[in-house]
Amino acid sequence: MRLYAFSAVCAIAALLVGSTLPWTITPMIIGLTYAIAALGLSVMFRAGQVSFGHAMYACISGYTVAFIAREVPGADALLLILAGVVVSFLCSTIIGLFVVRYRGIFFGMLNLALSMVLFALLGKLYHLTGGTDGLRINRPTLAGFTFDRGEYEFWLLGVTLAVSLFLAWWIQRYFKSGSGEALSAIKTNETRLEYLGFSAHFVMWQGYLVSAAVVAFSGALLALVQGLVTPEMGNWLRSAEYVFIIILGGAAHAAGAFLGAAGFESVKLLSSAYFPGLWQFILGFTLIVVIFIAPSGFVGQILKRGRS
Amino acid sequence: MTLDMLPLALIDGIAYASLLFLVSMGLTLIFGVMGILNVAHGSFYAFGGYAASSFVMMIAPHTESAALPLITLFLVAIAVGVLLGGIMEFLLIRRTQGYDPILKLLITFGAFLMLEDIQRLVWGAQPHSANEVVSRLGNLEIGGIYYTSYQLIVVPLTAILAYLLLQYFLRHTNLGKQTVAITHNREVAIAIGINAKKIGFVTFVIGTILGALGGAMAAPTTSLVPGAGTDMIVLSFAVVAIAGLGQITGALIAALLIGIARSISVYVAPEVEVAVPYIIMVLVLVIRPNGLFTVAQARTI
Repeated sequence: MRLYAFSAVCAIAALLVGSTLPWTITPMIIGLTYAIAALGLSVMFRAGQVSFGHAMYACISGYTVAFIAREVPGADALLLILAGVVVSFLCSTIIGLFVVRYRGIFFGMLNLALSMVLFALLGKLYHLTGGTDGLRINRPTLAGFTFDRGEYEFWLLGVTLAVSLFLAWWIQRYFKSGSGEALSAIKTNETRLEYLGFSAHFVMWQGYLVSAAVVAFSGALLALVQGLVTPEMGNWLRSAEYVFIIILGGAAHAAGAFLGAAGFESVKLLSSAYFPGLWQFILGFTLIVVIFIAPSGFVGQILKRGRS
Repeated sequence: MTLDMLPLALIDGIAYASLLFLVSMGLTLIFGVMGILNVAHGSFYAFGGYAASSFVMMIAPHTESAALPLITLFLVAIAVGVLLGGIMEFLLIRRTQGYDPILKLLITFGAFLMLEDIQRLVWGAQPHSANEVVSRLGNLEIGGIYYTSYQLIVVPLTAILAYLLLQYFLRHTNLGKQTVAITHNREVAIAIGINAKKIGFVTFVIGTILGALGGAMAAPTTSLVPGAGTDMIVLSFAVVAIAGLGQITGALIAALLIGIARSISVYVAPEVEVAVPYIIMVLVLVIRPNGLFTVAQARTI
């Protein structure tokens, strides 16, 4: 209960900061989209699987938003988000069918390969996708209102915060549900899970769909705040950044993705402010240090303190 | 594609496959022995390439010989491999023993990010190349088409030699046999007195040399830009996954498959060229979930 209250306070604080300092809105939304994507990936992480290709679902969702916004000029932002998520989800139901047969490094690599196929095609099929320059998205209406730029961004922040809170609550419920517990049993011992009468493939498939849908939200929101989609959204390095955030935040609780994203963005901001040109170096160093010192991430540390 | 383009595509493909094989061989060797899928391997490729081009460009104005720049390539690859691989194994890799394979992979990903920035600091963002080597070795004519003898002979020959040397090392030397023992069963190998630490170090250095050699051999024909290592690492992941993790001979076949398929697609369907290796990888993994050449393993409960 305390956590719910705390999250709500954080969200309201973010809105207040956004209304007083408008320049913070875009970075906040982008940070939140990273957090949402990491939240999606943390579902797979629970099963002990790391995907290096989940950015493809953000990418599919983002491009869906861009395509629909181009073909149907009056489409509302909320509808665009929904459409992006639905299309991404449908893709994941099919891709998931065979990806969930793989574990460990092969799971990661297969997702990576699929996302690289998408990435390569988006960059090359110029007449459809605008190539590496990507596609522009004209500012749509938001919930029926036509806003100017500042208002639009502010309300988009509101939408993003609402989506974040909803998804975090949903994922946390999923973790505590029967399927969610079965999913984490894939990490501990898959054979025993099967002996209990569960189909490991089905449990994993469910988890895969949940994680893809959550990542899809992040892609659609990112597309809307940037007003632009590029193939870079689906690059494997983007997926690796999501993995980085989970390692930093921890996958034991949905809050980990948000803490991790906050940490990730701060490291990125601080190092580009004080050591420009070295931010990757510092990110890499942080990653190694975190794995060695706190392999369960921020959330793991907090839970450990809470117990003792 | 007309049929007379086929030999050209084949030669291109084989030269490309040779580079890919050199890099993947190092990657798969390290995985086989240490259980680490080393993302930083892409940086070894880039460092090898950049260092080779710097040294070749430094030496080229002082000599007329064609062999000297070529020898420089090899020497630089070995130096980079020993230095970079040695330091990284000593500082990082030996501390990851006992971690989950995924965490090991992420640790090397961290190292990869660090090396990317170091590479950018040292060599900047402008393209580097060592094309002097190719022009000095001249061209060869086969059936009315001119090929550079560098791509036709030197690169494939280097790859085959490296492969044979590695096989000789693993099968016929004492250290090599110990390495094979470790890949079969680490605990038993340690129990009978094999120094796993030493083997790990040697393997990692050899793997790094192979990665750097791939880069050094690529430097004369490609221009290196930041991100070259990133592209190479995902490609060699594809090769290694197609072959099955730890399969050296398999990697040779997989590299040829990808190299030739890719260069043919340059002529047939240029827009999907970049996606071809991954499409092959997905198809292979759908049919053979653990790669083409992996032997089945028993499930443990």
